[in-house]
Amino acid sequence: MLQELIFGKLTLDAIPWDVPIVMGVGVVVALGALGVLGYITYARKWGYLWTDWITTIDHKKLGIMYMILAGVMLLRGFSDAVMMRAQQAIAAGSNMGYLPPEHYDQIFSAHGVIMIFFVAMPFMFGLMNMVIPLQIGARDVAYPYLNNFSFWMTFVGAMLINISLFVGKFAATGWLAYPPLSETYFSPGVGVDYYVWGLQIAGVGTLLAGVNFIATIMKMRCPGMTLMKMPIFVWSVLCAMILVALSFPILTVTLALLELDRMMGMHFFTQFAGGNMMMYINLIWAWGHPEVYILVLPAFGIFSEVAATFSHKKLFGYTTMVWAIAIITVLSFIVWVHHFFTMGSGGNVNSFFGIATMIIAIPTGVKVFNWLFTMYKGRINFATPMLWVTAFFTTFAIGGMTGVLMAIPPVDFQTHNSLFLIAHFHNVIIGGVLFGYFAGLIYWWPKAFGFTLDEKSGKWAFGFWVTGFYVAFMPLYVLGLNGAMRRLSHYDNLTWQPYFIVAAIGSALIFVGVCFQIWQIFISIKNRAALRDKTGDPWNGRTLEWTMSSPAPDYNFAFTPTVKDIDQFWLDKENAKEIGPIHPDKLEYNDIHMPKNTSVGFWIAMFSGLFGFAMVWHMWIPAAVGFIGMIGSVIVRTFDKDTDYYIKADVVKKTELAHFKEAIS
Amino acid sequence: MSSVAVAHHEHHHDTDSIDVFGFWLYILTDCILFASLFATYVVLHHPGAYGPDLKEHISLNYVLVETFALLASNFTFGLAIISMKKNKVQMPLFWLVLTFIFGAIFVGMEVTEFVNLIEEGYSYTTSGAASAFFTLVGTHGLHVSFGLLWILTMIIQIPMFGINQTIKRRMVYLGLFWNFLDIVWIFLFSIVYLMGAM
Repeated sequence: MLQELIFGKLTLDAIPWDVPIVMGVGVVVALGALGVLGYITYARKWGYLWTDWITTIDHKKLGIMYMILAGVMLLRGFSDAVMMRAQQAIAAGSNMGYLPPEHYDQIFSAHGVIMIFFVAMPFMFGLMNMVIPLQIGARDVAYPYLNNFSFWMTFVGAMLINISLFVGKFAATGWLAYPPLSETYFSPGVGVDYYVWGLQIAGVGTLLAGVNFIATIMKMRCPGMTLMKMPIFVWSVLCAMILVALSFPILTVTLALLELDRMMGMHFFTQFAGGNMMMYINLIWAWGHPEVYILVLPAFGIFSEVAATFSHKKLFGYTTMVWAIAIITVLSFIVWVHHFFTMGSGGNVNSFFGIATMIIAIPTGVKVFNWLFTMYKGRINFATPMLWVTAFFTTFAIGGMTGVLMAIPPVDFQTHNSLFLIAHFHNVIIGGVLFGYFAGLIYWWPKAFGFTLDEKSGKWAFGFWVTGFYVAFMPLYVLGLNGAMRRLSHYDNLTWQPYFIVAAIGSALIFVGVCFQIWQIFISIKNRAALRDKTGDPWNGRTLEWTMSSPAPDYNFAFTPTVKDIDQFWLDKENAKEIGPIHPDKLEYNDIHMPKNTSVGFWIAMFSGLFGFAMVWHMWIPAAVGFIGMIGSVIVRTFDKDTDYYIKADVVKKTELAHFKEAIS
Repeated sequence: MSSVAVAHHEHHHDTDSIDVFGFWLYILTDCILFASLFATYVVLHHPGAYGPDLKEHISLNYVLVETFALLASNFTFGLAIISMKKNKVQMPLFWLVLTFIFGAIFVGMEVTEFVNLIEEGYSYTTSGAASAFFTLVGTHGLHVSFGLLWILTMIIQIPMFGINQTIKRRMVYLGLFWNFLDIVWIFLFSIVYLMGAM
């Protein structure tokens, strides 16, 4: 009895001893983890790690941590992709491939979940954390402690999904876990439970981060920065975060209802006793479609910043750009049915959603032309961020056009759930979201770390990625039109096989690109002295984040800036040509009020992780401990009055002076 | 360089207004959460839905008493906020304790109602419609329970800290939360109970 209350359904059999691939990965991961932990202990870095990183509430460090999480998860999600491509390249006719269907199903589910929730989302939050407070002239985000908490919740969610690889199983239901397949009757194992609890925990983090950034942007802008003078990236993030606040509660409800079905025997989405499985599909896409725009709007913001900076021109059509973003924000909530035109909701309903979907192409088109006109007659510097922008134009345009094609319900009936759809959304998510985040990463990397990334290896990575992308995904359009469905672990039609082999070659090319990216980071760290960004403005930037040293000082701005123009820093530089820079010695510095680090966010997240894991395995005592721990940590924090400190004026002066000396050297 | 010309001091009352704004945003997200649950409830309660009818199992008088308990707790919370203006601890504490009692009566009555319904055979596993009923009403009840825990925390903290800026701000949050739950209950009472009984 007690054993059951502590361990629930969890036994040693939950570890897949008999699956060599999983066990092999497990050994590698365990050795890697031991190596890292051993190194930290050997170098006596635990204290440093705890005080400077784990408990930090500095948005810049949290940004870096988000990006590390995204990077590691990208490798995991990408290896899933390579495994799928390899399987499909060989599993034709009499050959069953090397992956059993049960395992294959878990791989494509994990691939989707990880890429969207634990690569794209943390990547986006990483860039936002890094840049937004700097662009609006703020000391930090509105709620720094909540920011730390949000990161750790995302981290714990990611860990729950990854633990499922070694303890138990992951969902074999696809990335959105449609019922009735995801109900207990068809998925009796723990896979779907891992999915639900992992996403619920990460979802809380995301929702609160969304609230945090709305408040930051609405309330913390420096004097003079009216809404229509915000850098365009800030606008895109504001709209994306409004979407987070409006759509993530729907996801929370949807997953909670699914878990109630599974755990308590309720009948929300079952196919009997009055349940309605199509309600799940409506609810999840009422979140899922806005989610697409949550990811892509910040990428649009990055493209705008990069296009303007590297063309040495003002962004063309700022006002129309803002309106385009706002219109997309609104429209993203009235198109969800286009994900399941085949539901059978009738011609009128489908027409409405089809037309609404096509209308989104209009503001998006406005944006594309704005970028093109920004580049027109500019002095374009084809550094790697700009290269990614140019690759985005064609890739995203193709993806957008196939999207408009599928917005026509009769066409969608033919291509629904086929590889044509897969090609389409990879076309927009890789070509739009990922390329954008890569551009942003290279663009803002010096602000995070103090040195620029190596250009040569970056260009090789770019070349292999973009070529690999086209080789991998263009065949899928053909396959989809020829009737190949998604999520096949095996097919009989041998005429498809050449296309699948080409797609596999494409994924190999992308793999080379990924290797070049890792090499790029490695070689740049090695040559960081030569690549040092001394001025804090390596790209001749236009907005406030480039006014300070790289990496940015703890307090961001020694003085709160005042803004009169969208491209204030550009204006300042033009003015400075006449009067020259002001020496920091001549300025009067003040003490700067800062919030103190706290470990509470970390602990709440860890208790949530325990709670989530325990709920997956029905371990009631650990679940109670986790739950009480979460609530208790929050209450304990409210008794803490010692939450802030001051950076002394002479420290600020010393830091500013050091930067000034380096910048003019 | 005009962008660095002005030294600007940040004051504490600024952060207060930022914090309250954030709490409003949280309330907004909670609104969406309840909206999704209401939508689910309505979808699963279409005419001719599977399973027993809720109408035969609810007593409007009982729910009315429940409603008045919650409304009374909101009223006493309002009095607690007003009484804080004198910066004395006793009266806010008194009203908070009363708020807690009314809130606890509400939760207790709801739990009793749930237990009775399940005993009568209207359980959350009976049908999709029943699942939606228990989940929607239960989520509200869970919110009220968290509110009670929060009130309890304030009852401990007010004597400890005295009436200071932090306590006042937290009481504003709690007030927003408590009022919000009342409004949700009004919708619940109308859509679930009144329309269900007709």
